[in-house]
Amino acid sequence: MSMTITEKILAAHAGLKHVSPGENIWIDADVLMTHDVCGPPTIGIFKKEFGEKAQVFDKNKVVIIPDHYIFTKDMHANRNIDILREFAREHNLPNYYDVGGERYKGVCHVALAEEGWCRPGDVLFGTDSHTCTAGAFGQFATGIGNTDAAFILGTGKLWVKVPETMQFIIDGKIPPHIMAKDIILQIIGDIGVDGASYRTMEFAGSGVEAMTMEDRMTLCNMVIEAGGKNGVVAADAKTEEFVKARTNAPYKIYQNDMDAKYHSTWYYKAEELTPMVAKPHSPDNKASVREVQTEKITRAYIGSCTGGKFSDFVAAAEILKGQQVAVDTFIVPATTEVDRLLRTTMIDGKSMMQVFEDAGAQVGKPSCAACLGGPADTFGRTHGEEICISTTNRNFPGRMGSKSSQVYLASPYTVAASALTGKITDPREFLG
Amino acid sequence: MTMQNKITGRVYVLGDDIDTDQIIPAAHLVYSLEDPEERKKYGEYALSGVPTAQAGLPEGNIPFVKNGEHESEYAIIIAAKNFGCGSSREHAPAALEIAGVEAVIAPTYARIFYRNAVDGGFLIPAESQQSLVPFFHTGDEAVLDLDAKTVTNKRTGESYPINDLGQVSNIIDAGGIFSYARKSGMLKETADA
Repeated sequence: MSMTITEKILAAHAGLKHVSPGENIWIDADVLMTHDVCGPPTIGIFKKEFGEKAQVFDKNKVVIIPDHYIFTKDMHANRNIDILREFAREHNLPNYYDVGGERYKGVCHVALAEEGWCRPGDVLFGTDSHTCTAGAFGQFATGIGNTDAAFILGTGKLWVKVPETMQFIIDGKIPPHIMAKDIILQIIGDIGVDGASYRTMEFAGSGVEAMTMEDRMTLCNMVIEAGGKNGVVAADAKTEEFVKARTNAPYKIYQNDMDAKYHSTWYYKAEELTPMVAKPHSPDNKASVREVQTEKITRAYIGSCTGGKFSDFVAAAEILKGQQVAVDTFIVPATTEVDRLLRTTMIDGKSMMQVFEDAGAQVGKPSCAACLGGPADTFGRTHGEEICISTTNRNFPGRMGSKSSQVYLASPYTVAASALTGKITDPREFLG
Repeated sequence: MTMQNKITGRVYVLGDDIDTDQIIPAAHLVYSLEDPEERKKYGEYALSGVPTAQAGLPEGNIPFVKNGEHESEYAIIIAAKNFGCGSSREHAPAALEIAGVEAVIAPTYARIFYRNAVDGGFLIPAESQQSLVPFFHTGDEAVLDLDAKTVTNKRTGESYPINDLGQVSNIIDAGGIFSYARKSGMLKETADA
């Protein structure tokens, strides 16, 4: 019986030869990831249900990456980090990336890839909806709640309903001004914020094959914005090179069977793609940049698991170098590794960090920062009627802090170009 | 909470795509869910992210929880499609439960919210066959009957069908994934056994 990549990974982790969409199965987790927002309640449920002295299912498979509310005076947020630290100490967890030292990473989904936790054929559960980012590596990766995470913490297992797979084929040569973010905004706009509910979104075609790992991460990161359970890109030589450079752990590459069954298949011609935005207040509220290019903005934000990776800043720097921003512009590297690269990568004799600062942008410390609003003192958070254009992933009402603010989602190219003019701007105006 | 077969209460009506940032804004995710006093904050701020014009349809401008309180007068939420989309925060169904919500009735749910509601035993995510938003006003008294698979608006006397809960009813009946796993023998009976 034929299967898709996702079905094969799930079958292998359930000890079954074959699974079909709609079946409820129990699967084994290879990695359980949590952070400072959902870790403390997960630990609370774990202790209540398994007992104060209970051991975790496998301390090598538990990964804790505080990243949400790190640089804040909020006492409750700071207490949550203390709870994680204490739990890691109590259980002698080797994979706790503590705040305030060399171990600190920043945004978990980017750090998971950097640290070799994203591996083809594995199952990754995380207490964050953007855990789906890791599908870029041919991994089954999905977001779960605290109760499910506590269950895994004690047992290493969770029930899942096998999802149907929707295929998105992007064929052809992607134009140089188009980023993965434009493509995923187009797709979400086409299928809607519930267009992939309970399903897998698989990305394939020559356009996807030509993408870097970071571009594939951007595609998979936002499948949750269409309601998807997971995103997936078939692992290839590029995936293997990335993974082998970061871990010696074994992995397994699965391919779709030739006659695998899909819920639906969507085709996109790369040459026809155009820079896109999602208008307030929904990620599926699509428009091409050309359609909204006179709209005024008062703020620009470049960061998050979606748009705070190194390549996102390389794109932004291409546009911002030697120019001056016209609106408040916030730069937040996803991780300490991205931050390091911004300080050490030179453009025309200046570090990228210097390029941003010289352009008048403010640079924050690696974390989730204002992507999801957060405590009042969060860097870049909205407090009033700001109109922000952002490389982040959600623009629901109040997402970046203030209920009266408005958020446009766009690619790093489009956000950088818009920062320079104070209105939504097609990046082709600044790209050679 | 374990499953009751009949839930009676006043309804609070919301629109499409109510995401988890509207259910419980991210700034409030810092409070403890275990501490009996601190967890009341989640009730206080439940649904505080909904834009005021859309809060309590059809009129809007109806607060879900009165200022300074942590319990709502509404036990049932009637919403349109894709309720609970967005983040994986389990604080969302927890906040609704803490505010006193026993059931949500919507035609479709975002996957993680639905799972969390069921596995954490917070509330019943009932599926209506169509959006019931046009048929209810915020404040109407309703009866959700899980045996008859209907919800009735006592103001109009009209009843509307609700889908069978299907396979997840075993988990809902048990009161969540932990009790379900204990009942089915997958986990040992008690925490420290």
